[in-house]
Amino acid sequence: MHELSVAQNIIEIVKENIPEEDLENVKTIFLEVGEFSGIVSDSLKYCFDVIKSDTPLENSKMEIKKIPFILFCNECKSETTNNMGIRLCEKCGEYNTKILSGTDMQIIKVEID
Amino acid sequence: MSIITIERKVLEKNDELAAQIRNKFKRFKTFVINIVSSPGSGKTSILEKTIEQLKGNINMAVIEGDVQTDFDAKRVEKYNVPVVQIVTNGGCHLEAKLVQDALENIDLKGIKFLVIENVGNLVCPAGYDLGEDYKVVVLSTTEGDDKPLKYPKMFINSSILIINKIDLLPYVNCNIKELRENALKINPNLKIFETSCTTGEGIEEWCKWILENIKK
Repeated sequence: MHELSVAQNIIEIVKENIPEEDLENVKTIFLEVGEFSGIVSDSLKYCFDVIKSDTPLENSKMEIKKIPFILFCNECKSETTNNMGIRLCEKCGEYNTKILSGTDMQIIKVEID
Repeated sequence: MSIITIERKVLEKNDELAAQIRNKFKRFKTFVINIVSSPGSGKTSILEKTIEQLKGNINMAVIEGDVQTDFDAKRVEKYNVPVVQIVTNGGCHLEAKLVQDALENIDLKGIKFLVIENVGNLVCPAGYDLGEDYKVVVLSTTEGDDKPLKYPKMFINSSILIINKIDLLPYVNCNIKELRENALKINPNLKIFETSCTTGEGIEEWCKWILENIKK
């Protein structure tokens, strides 16, 4: 995907949520990135490292937790996963499922020195 | 050392804006589709055929999205339909903010049908809500019948699939039965149309579906 513009979004959200005077002391930005969010974690980290240098966040780093893709099947009531990110229950073969996790990207918390 | 909890989705801003745009479309009773595909699948051609067929029945407007040029807006302009061209200058997908900005140049009063033609890209537009009623993915026969399996997110997030350029089936290595099966394997709720802008085949059924969805 376009990890550069996502990295930009993340910097903006952090700036909105952290007092200005604390921004340069941000040490780590903790993210949760879903398996099928469309984001490649390594590319995101790389892009972040490239664009952070002209911002108050230039001394910070990203830590990314990968969140697995988990479905709840409304038919057989089990939790399953799927290696293509499609809403197919691999236990019973039905598509009547709800996505529990694995498609979002979230900024969870920030560690400040 | 301290921890500040944020817990915000990265795409939250886009989603909030998209919800606002969706409300606006609801207030004006405008039916809106977001057409996505690889470059060259025939989005603009399908749009032209659609305008030709529906222009006399309903008021339409178009938002065009491209990396460069206003070629597509110029094509639509010929039909005297209100159109705004978004040029992203490198952006690989449309976002809600760009659509919101474009809507400042469209008077939605009386517009029953709005088409947002996204940037040609079978990957990135899948993740961005623009406030539409339906995402329509166009896949042409020249692209191959395995594409739904290779680009699942786009087909999962779309409600309609238009298989275009069906007139070329005798000349290309595309098994249309397999294409349909692959698409339905990824998303069994996909409604599928088959069209050719060259022969006009399938355009009427597609337009009939649009008319059925116009809000009274």
